[in-house]
Amino acid sequence: MRYSLFSIARHALNSHKGWTEAWKKPPLQRQYDVVIIGGGGHGLATAYYLAKLNNNLRVAVLEKGWIGGGNTGRNTTGIRSNYFLSENAKFYDYSLKLWKNLTQELNFNLMFSQRGWVSLCHSSSDVERLATRYNALRLNDIDGDVLTLDQLKTMLPDLNYSPDARFPISGAVIQRRGGVARHDAVAWGFARAASRLGVDIIENCRVTDINIDKNSVTSIQTSKGRVACKKIGICVAGHSSEIARMVGLKLPMETHLLQAMVTEPVKPFLDTGVVSPALHCYISQTDKGEILIGGGIDGYNSYSQRGTWPKIEEIVSGAISMFPRLRGLKLMRTWAGIMDMTMDGAPIIGQTPIKHLYINGGWCIGGFKAIPGAARCFAKTIINDEPHPLTAPFSLDRFRTGRLLNESGAGNLPHKQ
Amino acid sequence: MLLIPCPFCGPRPEDEFAYGGDATLVTPEEENNVEAIADYIFLRDNPRGWHKEFWTHRYGCRCWMIVERHTVTHKIKSVSLATSTSQ
Repeated sequence: MRYSLFSIARHALNSHKGWTEAWKKPPLQRQYDVVIIGGGGHGLATAYYLAKLNNNLRVAVLEKGWIGGGNTGRNTTGIRSNYFLSENAKFYDYSLKLWKNLTQELNFNLMFSQRGWVSLCHSSSDVERLATRYNALRLNDIDGDVLTLDQLKTMLPDLNYSPDARFPISGAVIQRRGGVARHDAVAWGFARAASRLGVDIIENCRVTDINIDKNSVTSIQTSKGRVACKKIGICVAGHSSEIARMVGLKLPMETHLLQAMVTEPVKPFLDTGVVSPALHCYISQTDKGEILIGGGIDGYNSYSQRGTWPKIEEIVSGAISMFPRLRGLKLMRTWAGIMDMTMDGAPIIGQTPIKHLYINGGWCIGGFKAIPGAARCFAKTIINDEPHPLTAPFSLDRFRTGRLLNESGAGNLPHKQ
Repeated sequence: MLLIPCPFCGPRPEDEFAYGGDATLVTPEEENNVEAIADYIFLRDNPRGWHKEFWTHRYGCRCWMIVERHTVTHKIKSVSLATSTSQ
C-alpha cells in the first residue's frame, strides 16, 4: 500500500481499520542468494538496494532483536559530509545527496531536515584549522562556510559569548546542507521498501555460526535453523568482531560505549545542530522540543549498551558551557549504543579474506549519516564481488598496506593507548 | 560507575582512573615482520566477555594495573599490578 494524502483520507473514512503492516513477517526459507546479518539501518538499506539493483536475488535480513533496536534507534540523527580527507568527503557527500530524495524514494517520511551543522572555534588556531578543513570541502565541491563572530551571534544568540566561558568562542564554520532525520523512520522506511521488493526480514533470529568450504561461504547457522546462501553481508556494528570470530577473522576494531541524552521538551530556540570539538559535545533540538546532547565515547571496551555517570556529567557540563540557559533543564532520558571503533576512525566496507563474505562496519560514532551511501555501494560490492570505487579506500586490508584514513578527531586512537 | 579495586588504594570510582587498552597484546619478536607488526598495532580480540585490560590510577597512586573485567556485565574478576614481565 502506497502512503499518500489520498490513502490517509480513504482510511479515515473507514476509521483507520484497513492499514496493513509496514513490512511482512515471512518464515525463514532454507536457501537464499544473499543473507544480510543485522537489521539496522545499514543492513536493511543494503537489502533494499540489493533487491532494487537486481530483483532476481533472493535476499534475507537476519536480526537477532527487532528492526532498528540497535544503534539506528540510538544515534543522535546528525547528517553531514564535512570531512577533510578526500576519500571521506566524497563518500559522505554521495550519501548526503542520496538522503535528499530518500523520503520520496522510500515513500516513507524520514523527516529529513537540512538545518545546517555549526562547528565552533575556540581559539585562533581553531579558526585556522577549521577554515583549512572547510576550504578543503570546497575543493571537493561540498558546501562549507566560515562564519564571523557577528554572523554567528545573529544565528545563535544563545551561545555563551562571554570571555569568561570555559572555552570562549572565537568563530565558527557551517555546513548548511547538513541536517537531521528521524532515525526510527529510516529503519522502518527501508524495512518496508525492502519488504515490498521481496526481501525476507526475519526478526528474533540470531546467527550462531557461518559455514565455510574451500575459503568460501556455503551456509549460515541461526537460532531458526541452517540456511544455505551464496553470499553473506555483515552489518552488525558493535558486534562485528563477534561475527568475524566465527570465521576465524580478527578485526582492527574495539567495541566502545557512546552515550546520548535528551532534556525535557522546551519551546524551539535552536534551529541548527551545534558542535564544539573542544568541549567534545554536540547539541540539536528535536522536532518534539527536546535538547538532544551527545559527546565522546566512555573510553573502555564494552558491549553493555549502558553508560556510566562520569561521562554524562562531562557531556552535560559541555552543553551548559555552550548554552548556559540549558542549566535549569532536567534530563529526561539517557542511553548508550555500542560503537564499532576502528583503529583509524574510518569505516570498513568491502570484501574479506573469505570469499563471498563482505563486511560493512567500523562506523565509529558516525554510521547513521552514511546509511544510504554505504548501503548502496555495499550492495554493488556484493553483486559484483569487487570494491565500489567510492568505498574502495575503506578496504579491510588498508591496515596492512598502510593506506590508513586517519581523519583527525575520529577513531579510538590506538596510538594513545 | 565502575568501582575498581586499586592494589594500593582499595576500591575507587572509575573517574580516578584512565584506561590503557587491551593487556593481552604481545610485541612481535621479529623486527622486520611487517605483517606481524601491523597485526600487533591494529588487530584486537575485542571479546564480548572477559577482557584483560590496562588501567592506571591517574588521580590516585598512579600505579598501572591489569584488570580482568566483563565487557557486558562490567564485573571485575581480578586486579593485579602491571609489571615489566606481565603481558
